Formats: sequence, structure tokens, C-alpha cells
Amino acid sequence: MGRYIVRRLLWVIVLLIAVSMLTFIIFYTFPSSDPAALRAGRNASPAVIAEIRHQLGLDRSLLWQYWHYMKGLIPVEVHTKGSFGLGWHGPDFGYSFQNQQPVKQQILDRLPATISLAAGAAVIWLVAGIGVGIISAVKSRSLLDRVTMGGALLAISAPVYWLGLVCLYLFSKDIGKVHIFDGANSYTGITNSFSHWFGSLLLPWLVLAASFAAFYARLLRANLIEVMGEDYIRTARAKGLPERRVILKHGLRSAITPIVTAAGLDIGILLGGAILTESVFNIPGIGRAAYDAIIHSDLPMIQGTVLFGAFFIVTANLVVDIVYAFLDPRVRYS
Amino acid sequence: MSVGAADILHETERTGDGGIDSAVVIAARSPMQLFWRRLREDKVALVGLAFIVVLIVIALFAPLIAKAFGVSPYKQSTKVLDQFGSPTGPSSAHIMGVDPLGRDVFARVLYGARVSLEVAIVATAISVSIGVVVGMVAAFYRGWVDTIISRLIDILLAFPILLLALGLASACSLGNGCLKTNGVGRDILYVGLAILALAVVWLGRKASKVKLSGLDRSTLAGPLITAAVVIAIGLFMWQVPGQTSTLIKPGVGVVIFVIAFVNWTYIGRIIRGQVLSLREKEFVEASRSLGASNARIIFREILPNLIAPIIVYSTLVIPTNILFEAALSFLGVGVQPPQASWGQMIADATSIFDTAWWFMVFPGVALVLTVLAFNLLGDGLQDALNPRSRR
Repeated sequence: MGRYIVRRLLWVIVLLIAVSMLTFIIFYTFPSSDPAALRAGRNASPAVIAEIRHQLGLDRSLLWQYWHYMKGLIPVEVHTKGSFGLGWHGPDFGYSFQNQQPVKQQILDRLPATISLAAGAAVIWLVAGIGVGIISAVKSRSLLDRVTMGGALLAISAPVYWLGLVCLYLFSKDIGKVHIFDGANSYTGITNSFSHWFGSLLLPWLVLAASFAAFYARLLRANLIEVMGEDYIRTARAKGLPERRVILKHGLRSAITPIVTAAGLDIGILLGGAILTESVFNIPGIGRAAYDAIIHSDLPMIQGTVLFGAFFIVTANLVVDIVYAFLDPRVRYS
Repeated sequence: MSVGAADILHETERTGDGGIDSAVVIAARSPMQLFWRRLREDKVALVGLAFIVVLIVIALFAPLIAKAFGVSPYKQSTKVLDQFGSPTGPSSAHIMGVDPLGRDVFARVLYGARVSLEVAIVATAISVSIGVVVGMVAAFYRGWVDTIISRLIDILLAFPILLLALGLASACSLGNGCLKTNGVGRDILYVGLAILALAVVWLGRKASKVKLSGLDRSTLAGPLITAAVVIAIGLFMWQVPGQTSTLIKPGVGVVIFVIAFVNWTYIGRIIRGQVLSLREKEFVEASRSLGASNARIIFREILPNLIAPIIVYSTLVIPTNILFEAALSFLGVGVQPPQASWGQMIADATSIFDTAWWFMVFPGVALVLTVLAFNLLGDGLQDALNPRSRR
């Protein structure tokens, strides 16, 4: 297992380097606007734009720019002047073209909002999805099952930003018809006030979780129904185990493995930023930063957010595979 | 299509219970007939299918329908705004109200159906085709071809997909269009692609004569490397200043290109897995021992067995692609104004939805119903093609 994890970790590094190259090639060769011209402001003379272009290193070759960027990412520094030694300065992601702030700091500043959003939504969709999935599977083909599965299909079909707008229109405290939830723009950090933080995120959590919960419920229901037809379930029943135990202990254990995979990957993707939800509810998370960076061709910020998102995705993949090995003995021993 | 004996048994048993005409039931049915029978019984899927058919008709005749209602998706008018310049709600003249520019929402919803369906069909077809070809090539030829393709898929799957799509789409939509061409670079690229196509055809013909194991890697390498070099020169020349035109212009084309580019990896991986197991099956072995060519094995033995997963995957991915287009347009990098798209209408409605609810509700409802219909049909197709997952 140890060797396996080490090999996977090395592969993670290779993947991240490949992602950074791809990002460079795509975003540097096809910028959506000229970052130098954007920074120079309106009516800037070509000489000024060229000067800024030179400052940003945009007049250098693609290869030089990539090397320059990657050099910053290496977190150790070798001192050769005076005494020889190694210095740790942490990875440097460069400075944003838009506001000259360090990219790393900006991403870290926005991380709490994104983590709050993703974690809260994940709790809701896992509880709701698994609960509804089990009930629907056990009472399959009943009226309750049909109604919830119909609702689940509807939830999967609704885009999250539209659902968000409709919920704001109906339930928000500022413009809603029924004043239940805090409206958009109300996000505050958890360190400011827990109750305010919780209240402001409740609606975004529910809206973001809706389609995930529906997807998980459908997935779990289908799996559980299939598993409940297996021979070992009949054996468990024949032993005289109570039905509740048969379902939760024997059936669910094997039916839930695909849910673990899906949950890991979905959370990994969301930690890289939930662009649509963040923009509807105006939550200052990483997704919004990435979107702004792309629209303004803020290349270091794009590179930072993409690498950040990719890091969460490959880490989630790794975690899922390891968890899987513990859940499923067949994987562990092969 | 591989339908096992168990499925056929299951089918006869079920219809036998009904006892309608047992004599006919015993007769062998083709997998296609079984599939149609199962789908016909699925009322919910048929509702989805009916909705899609109606939607296609509406999209095709959108200009006529708009004309019949006396509205146009592009005509702006300040007369239909109220005295404060805000859009007015549903009325007899504009049954879904008007937007802030005084354009008729109903007409724009009609035209939005065209975009959604076009993207749904074309982008899905392109990404599935790429995925199927790439997946089959990787799994059938194994070796370094498979290694390169699989690693490429790994890298693309590690990429935050929405960011990748946003980047490509914004470069194509907001900049000066993407893939700037100067004529020479483009021509060289086309020559390279032509060489590649000829090489593939030639290799295919050669491969059909020689046994798979006898296919020498060096014969593969020559033409492929030539093609790769010419394509690389073409792509390099492409970026030379003095561009004259752009290959992919802002609009629906960008959205289709982006979705196809980011989505083929999933189907590629699925098909690769399927072919990896199929190529070891006895019927492939049997066919090979009878002297069948690679081409015959690929097209007549393996491909028919892939039809079911391809159909199931395509129907699953169509609703996702519709939502993808809407999301890109919502974020302002998809379909560009004045062309109408549901996602873009919802985005425009974001700033005024507390007063002009109709501008948000109608495009959204159209979007949800369309995606729902494709999901219902997809579920039905999946059950009909794969009776084990019957619910």
C-alpha cells in the first residue's frame, strides 16, 4: 500500500505539471484580451502598452515565460552567495495582472468562502441523497418512490443558477415573496459571526446541493435495488436478521461504494470553485476569482486558480482510490 | 447488439403471462424489435420523446411561428417599455412579456430552442465520434498508442473542466476570435491533415491484409510522423502575425467546439474499456482465425457491440451538453448577442428579476423542460437497451 501511494503521489505531480503546461499553451496563445492594454487603461499610447508588455514579460517567448513561472513554484532556494545552504520560501504563484496582489494570497483569502460553500452543500446532499435513496429503494415502485424520483429528475434538470434566482425571488428576505432566507450579497466569514455566516449560506447550500442530492439518490436507489437481489442478502434474511440490519449492514455497504467515488470527485471539483453558484449569490470564492481572471486575461491568476482546481481534483481522485481500497477488499488484495 | 439468452427468455416469459398470442411470441425477435417493444411500454419515456419531437418542430419553424404571433426576436422597441423604461409583463401582444430592450421574450425563447437543440445534437455527435474513434484505436492497437491516449485523457480529466471551457470560449468569443489564421499556415495545416487522412486510409487498407501482430510499427511511424511535422508547421505558421481570418468565430460554433473539446474524454475512456474486453472475446478470436481483416473485426465484430453503450452514453450526455451551453451563455462567453440563448436570457434577467419575473421564468422553464425531456428519454432508452437495470 505504501509503495502504491508513493507512486500515485509522483503521478499527481506529473499530472499537475502537465496541467500547468496545457494552461500555459491555451491561455497564453489564445488570450481573451490583451492584458497589457487592459492595464494601460484607455487611450494609452502604443509605447506605454509595449512598456507594460515588457514589464509583464509578455514580449518574451512562451518557453521563457513558462520557465520563469515554474521557477517561482519551486519552494526551495539554493543560496550560493556567502554561505551555501537551502532556503524555504514556499511556492510563489506570481502577481495578478489586475491588482498586483500576490496570487497565492488572493486564492487563500477566497478559500474559506469556497470551502464553506462546498462543505455545507456536501453535508446536505449526502444526507438527503443517501436517505432518499435508501427509502426509495426499500419502498420501490410505491407512490412515495415515484414522487421522489420524479422530483429528483426535475432537480437534475434544473440549472443551479436558475434555481438560485427562482429561490431568491421566492424566499429571500430582501426581495422574496416569503421572507425565509438571507438574500444574495449577504456572505460574511465564519470568524465574524457564526449565525450570520450560517444564515447567509443556507440558501446557497440548498440550491447547490439539490441536483447533487437528486443524482446521488438515483444512483444509490438503483445500486441498492440491484444489491438487494443478490444471494448473500437472501442468506442474511434466512439467518433471521431483522430487515433493517439486512439493508443497512449488508445491502448498503456494497451499494454505497459508487457514492463514495462520486462524492470524492464532486467535492474535489467544487473546492476548485463553484463559479455558477458563487456568481448568483455573489459569494467571494475562488470560482468568481477564476472567472474574473479569465475574462480579464489575468494570466498568473488564471494559472493559479487552474492549478489550484486541478490540485483538488487529482487529490480527490487519490483519496477516493485509497478509501476504495479500504471499503472493497477485492481492490485491496489484488 | 449483444442480447443474451436470458433477456430473450425474460421477454417471452413476460409477454407469455399476458397470453395475447403465444404462438407469435415464440418466434425469434431481433434485438432491435425487443428494444422497440420495451421502449413502447415506457409511457414516461414516450412523453419525453413527444416533447422533443414537438421542440424540434418548433425550432425548425421558429421564424414562421414568431411571424404568426406578429413578433420578432430582434426588433427593439421603446414603446413596449413603461414610463420608467422598465420592460412590461405578459400581455396579449407579447404573451411572455418583453425584455429591457423591448424585444419579445416569446420569440426569443422560440429562437433559443434552436441554439439548445443545435448544440445538443452537433456537440454531442462530435464529442461522441471523437471519443469512440480514439477509444477504439487506443484499445485495439494497445502499446504506445494506448499509453499516449490514456495519459492525455488523464491530463484532461485532471483539468477543471468549466475553467478550461471558459478559457477557450472567452478566447474565442471575447477576443478577436480564436485560431487566428494566416492563409499560408492554414493551407499547410490542411495539407498535413490530408496526409494524416491518407495515411490512416492507407494503414487501414494495409492492416486489413496483414494480421494485427504482423503490423510493423515502423510502417505506422513513417506517414504519421510526416503528418505530425506538417501539422506542427501549419499550427506554428498559424500564429504568425498578419492574420487574415479566424477559423472559429464567436457564436454557436464556439460553444460546440468547446463542448466537443472538453467532453470527448469521458466516452473515450468508456469505449476503451469496452473494446479492451471485447477484443479478447471468443467471437473476435473466431473471426480472426477465419482470416478476417482488422477492418472487418473493428467494424463488423466490435462496433455493433458498442452501439448500446454509445446510445446510452449519448442520451446521458445530451442534457448535460444543453446545460453546458446554457451555463457558458449565462457566464457571457457562449452564444453572443443579439442571437438568443436561454442561458444568456437568464443572465440578462439576473439584474432585474425581482421586477421582471417573466424574463427569468420563461427561458428557465423552457430550459428545464427540455433537459427533463431528454433525461426521461435517456432513462427509457437505457432501460430498453439494458434490461438488467430495469426499474
